[in-house]
Amino acid sequence: MPNQIPKQNIKFSWLFKMAWRDSRKNRSRLLLFISSIVLGIAALVAVYSFKDNLQRDIDSQAKELTGADLVLDSRKGVSKAMQKMLDTLGDDRSQEKTFASMIYFQKGGGSRLVQMKALQGKYPYYGIIETIPAKAADGFQNDQYALVDQTLMLQFGAKVGDSVKVGELNFKILGTLIKAPGQTGIASSVAPTVYIPLKYLDKTNLIKTGSRINNKFYYRYNDPSGVDEWVKKNEPKLEKEGFDADTVESRKEQTGRSFKDVNRFLALSGFIALLLGCVGVGSAIHVYIQEKLSAIATLRCLGLKSRHAFLIYLVQIFFIGLIAALLGSILGTAIQFLLPLVLKDFLPVEITMQVSWPAVGQGILLGLIISILFALPSLLAVRKISPLNAIRISFEKAGGKRDPLTWLVYILMAAFVTGFTHLQMKTWVQTLAFTLSIGIAFILLIVLSKLLMFLVKKLLPKSSSYLWRQGFANLYRPNNQTLMLTVSIGLSTAFICTLFFVQGILMNRVTLSSGSNQPNMVMFDIQNTQKEGLDSLTKAFKLPLMNQVPVITMRIEEINGKKANADTNNRRAYRNEIRATYQDSLTAAEKIVEGKWIGRIKSGETIYISLDQRYAQQINVGLNDKILFNVQGMMIPTVVGSFREVNWSKMQTNFRVVFPAGVLEEAPQFHVLMTRVSTSEMSAKFQGEVVQKFPNVSVIDLDLVLKLLDELLSKIGFVIQFMAGFSMVTGWIVLISAVLTSKNQRIKESILLRTMGASRKQILAINAIEYFFLGAFAAGAGLILALGGSWALAKFTFDANFVPPFVPTLLLFGSVMLIVVVTGVLSTRSILNQPPLKILRTEG
Amino acid sequence: MESILNIRNVSKIYQSAGKELTVLNNINFSIDAGSTVAITGPSGSGKTTLLGLCAGLDRASNGTVELNGIALEKLNEDERAAVRNQYVGFIFQNFQLLPTLTALENVMVPLELRGAKNIKAHAMDLLDKVGLADRSHHYPVQLSGGEQQRVSLARAFSNAPAILFADEPTGNLDAETSEKVIKLLFDLNKDAGTTLVIVTHDLELAARTSRTIKVKGGIILSDEKASYA
Repeated sequence: MPNQIPKQNIKFSWLFKMAWRDSRKNRSRLLLFISSIVLGIAALVAVYSFKDNLQRDIDSQAKELTGADLVLDSRKGVSKAMQKMLDTLGDDRSQEKTFASMIYFQKGGGSRLVQMKALQGKYPYYGIIETIPAKAADGFQNDQYALVDQTLMLQFGAKVGDSVKVGELNFKILGTLIKAPGQTGIASSVAPTVYIPLKYLDKTNLIKTGSRINNKFYYRYNDPSGVDEWVKKNEPKLEKEGFDADTVESRKEQTGRSFKDVNRFLALSGFIALLLGCVGVGSAIHVYIQEKLSAIATLRCLGLKSRHAFLIYLVQIFFIGLIAALLGSILGTAIQFLLPLVLKDFLPVEITMQVSWPAVGQGILLGLIISILFALPSLLAVRKISPLNAIRISFEKAGGKRDPLTWLVYILMAAFVTGFTHLQMKTWVQTLAFTLSIGIAFILLIVLSKLLMFLVKKLLPKSSSYLWRQGFANLYRPNNQTLMLTVSIGLSTAFICTLFFVQGILMNRVTLSSGSNQPNMVMFDIQNTQKEGLDSLTKAFKLPLMNQVPVITMRIEEINGKKANADTNNRRAYRNEIRATYQDSLTAAEKIVEGKWIGRIKSGETIYISLDQRYAQQINVGLNDKILFNVQGMMIPTVVGSFREVNWSKMQTNFRVVFPAGVLEEAPQFHVLMTRVSTSEMSAKFQGEVVQKFPNVSVIDLDLVLKLLDELLSKIGFVIQFMAGFSMVTGWIVLISAVLTSKNQRIKESILLRTMGASRKQILAINAIEYFFLGAFAAGAGLILALGGSWALAKFTFDANFVPPFVPTLLLFGSVMLIVVVTGVLSTRSILNQPPLKILRTEG
Repeated sequence: MESILNIRNVSKIYQSAGKELTVLNNINFSIDAGSTVAITGPSGSGKTTLLGLCAGLDRASNGTVELNGIALEKLNEDERAAVRNQYVGFIFQNFQLLPTLTALENVMVPLELRGAKNIKAHAMDLLDKVGLADRSHHYPVQLSGGEQQRVSLARAFSNAPAILFADEPTGNLDAETSEKVIKLLFDLNKDAGTTLVIVTHDLELAARTSRTIKVKGGIILSDEKASYA
């Protein structure tokens, strides 16, 4: 008699064959399950490909970005010693002075603040200043010519050959400026550029005391290999003289760095879409495996080992995941061609799009990992399916303990989410905040769904009609879908709504107030001698003098006796020029939050200054700390007397550093004047008059700035919406597939009820009640999470107020609920359209 | 005659709502190789549980189950699966055909699990014996209940089992179809010389076996051999 345990010889190929056979009638459903990760993968592949292409283009076009091998620039004046050094550098050199100034179009009479560039030399050495006609860029330095940005030309209807007045000189427009080296589209529309020859700058009479001029020196080297080393060696000297150095290499890094943030945001949006997909995969595979219970039990009866059963379904998920990842990668590669269109105004280089194979590889790998990882908890359960299920559906399950491997998978999932988030976020604090929030949201939804089941069971009135009782009882009876749907719908609703709210917060944050009592025109660089004249001119136009403040330029020399070189941790404090004011009382936008405000002092008294509290934090300064200011050569010792909270969004001049009256009255200074002009005709007329009479005074038309800002924001908004759109669409797909996959739980019941004589209307009503309540509950839970999350993001990340928009919130809630109910009821309806016997046989 | 199944002092106790529920209590019997046995009893008597233990689908709480000389309680789940694949055949009340496999593939599965070669012809031969050779590429959903059970019979015999367990094999069939399926079952069994254990509450069916074990309340009420045996 045989008493040996027989050996099985299952070939690996048979497992593949069986996986293929088993998937036969489920492939379209399996594809629906993993469709939720397709968009997430697509978003990430698009972002990664874009990043690769951008980096490649930055590398290849870096020379054109800088236009020279070395660029030195300073906002300070140039010392004699420095000038001597500057004159000896490079094999060819050019100089440029950049500053803000008004220009006046002689023909049309319009004027506008522009970025003036006075250039001398053959810059750019790499790339070109793009103009129409093309020759204009080379010829404008030959005479009193100007190159005027195309947005300005369009705005004022100017043509090549017209004249513009810059300061006290007229320049003939030789060409329309299309693009300068390293300039982005958005930069030129915010601050349009006008080139003039440097040799005429003095004659314009625009350079006055306090004028903010950026001196740039461009160098070309026959052999540029030593430039970076030279910069490194001379850095201390350059820093001392207030010079920044820019080389092709440093520009490469800098441009790459500034786009890292953009890429990080884009990748994170894609990742959120992918996370939603993970929820979709997890819940869908759970339902799928439940439906396979009987088939797996039968196979186990016939002698299939538990690990082989597990492998059969793992193979299925692997291939379906691979298909999803491939689809996602193909879609992502196609979408990457759209990203440059979306971002074109922000890009400093021409993007040449190519298929990025590393990005495609990453996408496929990520898709596979996610499909398998998030399917694993359900797949591992396959190992535990008892063959007894084949002979009886309900039997006592062995023990209630969870499989230790399942815990390991949960740990792997958490590690994956944390690791991937860290790759995008880079800081552990943000990473942990993000992953913990997701974890907490997940746990909260589970707790809420359990609570719902408990409450419905306890509180459901026995006297209510059958339809209501049946519909509600579906929420807690065996095979209920409450937990799965609450988690998946709740989480996707939370993501969708959070994205929507955050978008609103970002938009509100940058929208400036422009009420009818607010000034809409700012004039600055007003010299002491021009102050009265400009006041009179303003009054003559019957315009209000709304805000008049003096501005003094200074630097911090010492903090508590420490100079910049001794205070290495606080370099930022000494580096930048500060524009301060003096006043004897606080403005409406200021509030003292700490210390005591002193408005006026007498000669010889301690000078107590007031700092914006955030600025004080940035430069690590506390109350009673001593700061020595260098006010254009004169050292003024001060003590920090108070901190102010400043409402920066208020349309008026605000300052980080405020001196009391009685100290700076005699210091070199310029003034700022604000007024309100009611019509654009009046604005143009007044600006024209100001430019004619006070050529050095710059006028900012805030209405125009607001309009430009609005355009800029709508472009940024579009980028945000474009990426958030991925997550939103994925959220909807997960939501719909969650409802669709859950329908199988209700098919048999619906058919049995139908067989027992329930009308179509009654069955639809029972399902509608269940889905309505589930939808409302899950959407509500998700919405509450989103409100909480958005509030936290507004408070701690964006430092903004969050007021939930009532109508959109209600609409979001309503639409989630509607989708759940409609999808649920429609899926039942398709069953009711067929004879009960057919369905029973299919399902049996 | 040599016994193929030995059940010694077998009990099965479930935990239900914190209480112990004894479904089978100290069961003892042996089944001779090649014999036909019916296990009968009313619903809830424990007969399906007993079948589960005999076939190695579940573990007894106490006692020993020896199948073809192998003590099942000492084996883990995968080892028991290997024993089932090698020595056991199953027929279920609700057929339990794999819905995504054709009739032919369903019959082939036990042999494939064993790693056997050239099995298609053998499986076709069995389908032919149950009169479904022309339906070999049909899926279960495309077959009637009787046809599904005939495929199930072919599958059960495909691995030439030493013992075949049938759980209410006619429970889901009408009288006429039942008769055909039962005849086929006994004919195939006779040809193969397999031990047949049928769990049923159909006394007519039970009467066709050589021995009937009656179970009630978790104990054996009677163990009778047929007069002709």
